[in-house]
Amino acid sequence: MKDDYLTGATLTELSSALAAKKISSVELIKAYLNRIAAVNQTLNAFITVDPAQSLAQARAADARIARGELGPLTGIPIAHKDIFVARGWPSTCGSQMLANFVGPYDAHVIDRFNAAGAVNLGKTNMDEFAMGSTSESSWYGPVRNPWHTDHVAGGSSGGSAVAVAASLAPAATGSDTGGSVRQPAALTGTCGLKPTYGVVSRYGMVAYASSLDQGGPFACSAADLAVMMNVMAGFDARDSTSLDRPPEDYSRSLGAPVATATAKQPLAGLRIGIAREHFGPGLDADVEAAIRAALDALTALGARLVDISLPTSPMSVPAYYVIAPAEASSNLSRFDGVRYGYRAPEYTDLRDMYCKTRAQGFGPEVKRRILIGTYVLSHGYYDAYYLKAQKVRRLIADDFTQAFKACDVIASPAAPTVACRLGAMTADPVQMYLNDIYTVPANLAGLPAMSIPCGFGNRGLPVGLHVVGNYFSEAQMLGVAHQFQGVTDWHRKKPEEVA
Amino acid sequence: MEWETVIGLETHTQLSTQSKIFSGASTHFGQPPNTQASAVDVALPGVLPVANRGAVERAIRLGLAVGGTINRRSIFARKNYFYPDLPKGYQISQHEIPIVSGGTLHITTTAGEKIVRLTRAHLEEDAGKSLHEDFHGMSGIDLNRAGTPLLEIVSEPDMRSAEEAVAYAKALHALVRWIDICDGNLQEGSFRCDANVSVRPMGSATLGTRCEIKNLNSFRFLERAIDYEVRRQIALIEDGGRVVQETRLYDADRDETRSMRSKEDAHDYRYFPDPDLPPLCVDDAWINAVQTAMPELPEAKRARYEGSLGLSSYDAATLTQSRDMALYFEALIERLAVARTAHLARAKLAANWVTGELAGALNKADVDIQHSPVGSDALAGLLERIEDGTISTKAAKDLFDAMWNGEATGPDAADQLIEKKSLRQISDAGALEAIVDHVLASNAPQAAEFKAGKEKALNYLVGQAMKASKGKGNPAAIAEILKRKVMGQAPP
Repeated sequence: MKDDYLTGATLTELSSALAAKKISSVELIKAYLNRIAAVNQTLNAFITVDPAQSLAQARAADARIARGELGPLTGIPIAHKDIFVARGWPSTCGSQMLANFVGPYDAHVIDRFNAAGAVNLGKTNMDEFAMGSTSESSWYGPVRNPWHTDHVAGGSSGGSAVAVAASLAPAATGSDTGGSVRQPAALTGTCGLKPTYGVVSRYGMVAYASSLDQGGPFACSAADLAVMMNVMAGFDARDSTSLDRPPEDYSRSLGAPVATATAKQPLAGLRIGIAREHFGPGLDADVEAAIRAALDALTALGARLVDISLPTSPMSVPAYYVIAPAEASSNLSRFDGVRYGYRAPEYTDLRDMYCKTRAQGFGPEVKRRILIGTYVLSHGYYDAYYLKAQKVRRLIADDFTQAFKACDVIASPAAPTVACRLGAMTADPVQMYLNDIYTVPANLAGLPAMSIPCGFGNRGLPVGLHVVGNYFSEAQMLGVAHQFQGVTDWHRKKPEEVA
Repeated sequence: MEWETVIGLETHTQLSTQSKIFSGASTHFGQPPNTQASAVDVALPGVLPVANRGAVERAIRLGLAVGGTINRRSIFARKNYFYPDLPKGYQISQHEIPIVSGGTLHITTTAGEKIVRLTRAHLEEDAGKSLHEDFHGMSGIDLNRAGTPLLEIVSEPDMRSAEEAVAYAKALHALVRWIDICDGNLQEGSFRCDANVSVRPMGSATLGTRCEIKNLNSFRFLERAIDYEVRRQIALIEDGGRVVQETRLYDADRDETRSMRSKEDAHDYRYFPDPDLPPLCVDDAWINAVQTAMPELPEAKRARYEGSLGLSSYDAATLTQSRDMALYFEALIERLAVARTAHLARAKLAANWVTGELAGALNKADVDIQHSPVGSDALAGLLERIEDGTISTKAAKDLFDAMWNGEATGPDAADQLIEKKSLRQISDAGALEAIVDHVLASNAPQAAEFKAGKEKALNYLVGQAMKASKGKGNPAAIAEILKRKVMGQAPP
């Protein structure tokens, strides 16, 4: 079987091929592993591939298929962000701290994919402990953008985004705390969704900022995101923030996302909110042009653009960079060298062991956020920073509640620029933080949001259209994206093969 | 100068749940190290806490028992600090809003009754244990205890002596066992007190600087540590020194407290609401369900024993020292049908036996009343035979000993033993008269003394008659016959 068969293959296509016995799961996995072996050295999308484990799962999947037990993902390879703990797999979180940590249990998301018969294709590279917007802070080195290998992939789920963009996997999992699925999706020309907070269990997903973290899928199309969501979503009693709701079919609205749809205008009646705060200084012209063109395509499908305001959104990045580090400083305390993970080779006493272990085991971005978080929670600063940030968070959520009275979804760029060059942001973390301006508000409000490819900007780098919906409106959002993808082919564009 | 002691207590009660407060691991004590620690307790990457409903319910029970406010919405917070036996690097506790606010506890000391106010009670998890022996200069960590549910009960600084502090600790200890939220095992650390102690000039309205004494795992240590600490603080101030706010550790071997850490090097715990746990919401339906299932509390029982059973306040207090004793007593009087006949003398008889003979035997053998070899059914059978005059009190005590030794059990135990040991009291007038005649004949001087009005002589004569009857004579009947014969009264 030729590798180019895999390029841009959708989950539905692969599942049909497996069902029709055109290909076996073992053959499929081998083909993907070959592609990874050929290009991962350049792209650095995967931290771990383990052909033995993947092929064992593939053989089990083939047996299931032979028995006629074929689900939508049976036998299909899925790449997992290395933030998800998987039994028997190194689960490093992109950190030296966990470089030697092999998962002793399966995260809920991993459980779900295993139950669906999917094959774990490998663990993808990421910013260390999901802290970063460029996937350069990984202890395993930076991920490279397949559209331009001297550019970043976005982050923190850069490895998963690149795996899908470069056809190293048909779909992948990621996690999104401030944009870590949507921003790399935008920068690599893939589709990425962050569900409503509480829809995907966080059990087994190493915590960065618990109140913001949410697992989400990467795929080549909105329809594939829906297939992924049907597996990933669902109540889990082991996560107290998991929402106990009846299961839903995320594919149900692909054909008709709005009740008022007509055959010629499938988005007739859809109100797309355009926030005036989103189109100001800081937004690059090439990105804005692609977004405007996408909005034109949506209006051509019958949608109506509505002028809205999210007045507190300029405060979202400062609020985020108080709350997320605060939670992170506490969440990462367990990495102390006592029970598992990295321990400094030499130390004089307990305190020295703690200091050296954490000084050596964590990279600079992680240390920076632990310091910020420790500071904002300290006695005497708590009210001024943490409590105030929580109030801003409330206001941001209120902004959205207000906005969704006038519109159904809100569209904007996913990032103000296309992918930057490797190293361009590392000297200026604040500039990197400011690039999260479009994605962070959805995390603070707990709303579902996605990025879908909508064109190319400077140097032929991809641009993503960001869509925020109301709580639990994932199915409708995927429907809107699906309709858009019915009349455009940005999501089918693939980078040239990298050497 | 005269000094006043001011004491407040913080008590960690280990809640008697099967599993831990945030994981499904067992709380069973005394297992090999690290065999009761789940992924959550070890704080593996990615794991999350889920609150144990049973622990919350026990906290509600305490809140209701002390008349506190059950907060409908309380918040779990993280208390951040590094220690090897604290796996997450933070302890999940309740900080700003605890599950229980306020409440009171009645204590009794030699000075009388007193009401101690409670500040709050909050849920939290216990840490693991660091083991510093047997590891050749290194330390071992046992996480079996990590995540064990605790209810920290904090009193106001309402106590004024070590005696009051001990009375409070004992009353609280009895209450948590009464409402069955804690096994109260002090040796295993199920009930641990920290004492906040300060002194001030008598009559002063402001509090002195306090020291917190930790590691008080017995009532005796609590008393001695406070006594020592009070003496230390007074001596320090009288020598022109100043008490420094600090945490002190009680060393039982040397009977002294010593500084553990001062306020200056106290941790900044950086408390903040735990984002992994939503606010703990308790609705009225839940509280009502807990209230309905709540046992009658000791104070209500005491009032009832004094009121409708006519017991002395001493007896009522003794019988309500533990719920098991009260339940034993109630089972006993139920069998004696006290309530039906309102036969108050029977209640008194039952109370005397439970607080006297039974309590003495239990104490001596160090056995809990729920494991008493003499069941309430057997004791009821015994008391019935005393009441109807079948056996003497002396014989009853022998019977009790026989029952205690397991010679007979069950409601018919007394009757079986009476037959077996021929302990049936002789109340038959004919048989007794013959004995009395014999006694009078061989004790003429005493008979004369009695006749002359010496009551003491009667006791002697009754004693002689009892001896002659081999203890089986009914002493009251013998006395009646003696009086009649000596005083020449006509038979009834």
